[in-house]
Amino acid sequence: CQLFGYVGIEAVLDQMKIKTMKTGFEFNIMVVGQSGLGKSTMVNTLFKSKVSRKASQPGQEERIPKTVQLQSITHVIQEKGVKMKLTVTDTPGFGDQINNENCWEPIIKYINEQYERYLHEEILITRKRKIPDTRIHACVYFIPPTGHWLRPLDLEFMQRLSKIVNVVPVIAKADTLTLEERAEFKQRIQEDLKTHAISMYPQEDFDQDPDDRALNDRIREKIPFAVVGAD
Amino acid sequence: FSVFQSDDLRNLSLSGHVGFDSLPDQLVNKSTSQGFCFNILCVGETGIGKSTLMDTLFNTKFESEPATHNEPGVRLKARSYELQESNVRLKLTIVDTVGFGDQINKDDSYKPIVEYIDAQFEAYLQEELKIKRSLFNYHDTRIHACLYFIAPTGHSLKSLDLVTMKKLDSKVNIIPIIAKADTIAKNELHKFKSKIMSELVSNGVQIYQFPTDEETVAEINATMSVHLPFAVVGSTEEVKIGNKMAKARQYPWGVVQVENENHCDFVKLREMLIRVNMEDLREQTHTRHYELYRRCKLEEMGFKDTDPDSKPFSLQETYEAKRNEFLGELQKKEDEMRQMFVMRVKEKEAELKEAEKDLHEKFDHLKRTHQEEKKKVEDKKKELEEELNNFQKKKAAAQLLQSQAQQAGSQQTKKDKDKKK
Repeated sequence: CQLFGYVGIEAVLDQMKIKTMKTGFEFNIMVVGQSGLGKSTMVNTLFKSKVSRKASQPGQEERIPKTVQLQSITHVIQEKGVKMKLTVTDTPGFGDQINNENCWEPIIKYINEQYERYLHEEILITRKRKIPDTRIHACVYFIPPTGHWLRPLDLEFMQRLSKIVNVVPVIAKADTLTLEERAEFKQRIQEDLKTHAISMYPQEDFDQDPDDRALNDRIREKIPFAVVGAD
Repeated sequence: FSVFQSDDLRNLSLSGHVGFDSLPDQLVNKSTSQGFCFNILCVGETGIGKSTLMDTLFNTKFESEPATHNEPGVRLKARSYELQESNVRLKLTIVDTVGFGDQINKDDSYKPIVEYIDAQFEAYLQEELKIKRSLFNYHDTRIHACLYFIAPTGHSLKSLDLVTMKKLDSKVNIIPIIAKADTIAKNELHKFKSKIMSELVSNGVQIYQFPTDEETVAEINATMSVHLPFAVVGSTEEVKIGNKMAKARQYPWGVVQVENENHCDFVKLREMLIRVNMEDLREQTHTRHYELYRRCKLEEMGFKDTDPDSKPFSLQETYEAKRNEFLGELQKKEDEMRQMFVMRVKEKEAELKEAEKDLHEKFDHLKRTHQEEKKKVEDKKKELEEELNNFQKKKAAAQLLQSQAQQAGSQQTKKDKDKKK
């Protein structure tokens, strides 16, 4: 239908924006990787604040737990009127044992537990107005910068987790690789991922339209991201 | 309903620009690409100006012919349109009540309306309960706003209006408006409005409250609420006022300008409905009216959140129990049917056997009769043959005698002849 004059429908965008800003946002991120890869530093750099208090002070022993633990820290951060409840879940003990079989199981269990909790709230008869969202929105997987290719542990983990959560692989401590090594490493990882049919975020099946696809293709070219963190 | 109500959360200060302030924009962009749905229900008598008002509100011409006055009952006609303004795509659905207020007996007039609203909630509930569901691109047909057109009598609400609004107030956001307000004089209008509002309050009708909890809109909403119900005039024709063209109605005695706030409350209605509270209307429909419907519907079906021992029930368990019950009943019915079927078959078989026996008997009987007749015929034949034989014998004997007699006679004659010589 043709509009003959200004109606004011676009005001609904602002209305929506105001409403979302009032409700606030929740973001839950999980970092997975062996100890010493710079996970906490990375998170602190990302959010430009002391999100995780890691023992970078000398003299304090950092005990590596015998099994994979999951530790969540929640903070409220605010920027230009936008409030966000950020939850960072750390997984100390992942990949640190001698025998790392099934070390992904506690993680998978945790993720599914959050889904279960949400589902339970959703199917109640009298539901809450805003269901608290503890589901993991993104899982950042830290790949050690060997420069060769993905290790069996990496492949196993990513294969299993890419089915239930958005996995974002990053090459940790990328300043230890030269630019050529880095390019080759990325290439090999991308091939590996493709051979094992592991779908990373952004997943190809969820591309909504050609513009979306073009944008996502550019992102996909860069995966895994080679990152360096500094506090 | 903020995320930050409950726990004692630590506040962190950022040492630089992170960039998540673009989150609201991301969310809004996602919605714009999918388009917004907005559904308006217009309830009012035939000829009160519903279609014209819609045309005026959305500044366009929705094709529709005026309805006749001899509809046998109230029926709802829904039409969907896609409107685009700058980068916002609006999927607008306008639902009209055709034939409202025309019948002689208006007892059941509200029923088709309530049924339609419930049907839309039901469709959404079904989609939500599906196992494989696609809620994010579901075309939402639930009614977000109900414009109730009050006839400009100048006295008070009609009883039909009160009854209908009472039935609808818990299911939809009702915004009452006085239609064709240019027929009411200014002093009468004020009295009319207060009369209507007091009647609504005394009858416990819950109309849509413009939200006053947010600073940005609280003020404007508060001032606008005072003018409820809005007295509107609709017109798509343009008249030259001064040196501009404006939407207006031209009478021999003057011109009523639609967008002039001194003439009518059209501008207020447009502000409230579209420019300020569209999103809130959608949210209220989803979080209040739909949840109420869902709760009632599920409780009706026998689901509970806690069982008599007040242990939390899961929807799964209740559902499983219901399903097993249902399957059990189904099984029982199936068995019953099967038994009945077997019985009937037996009966039919017995009948058929009887018939068969009868036929056999008849056949035997006939055969016997046939045999007897045949025998009789054969006997008769034999008799006849015997008789024939006897006759032949007799004939032969007779002939013999005759020939003998002849011979004897001729011998005698010969002897006589000889003697004579």
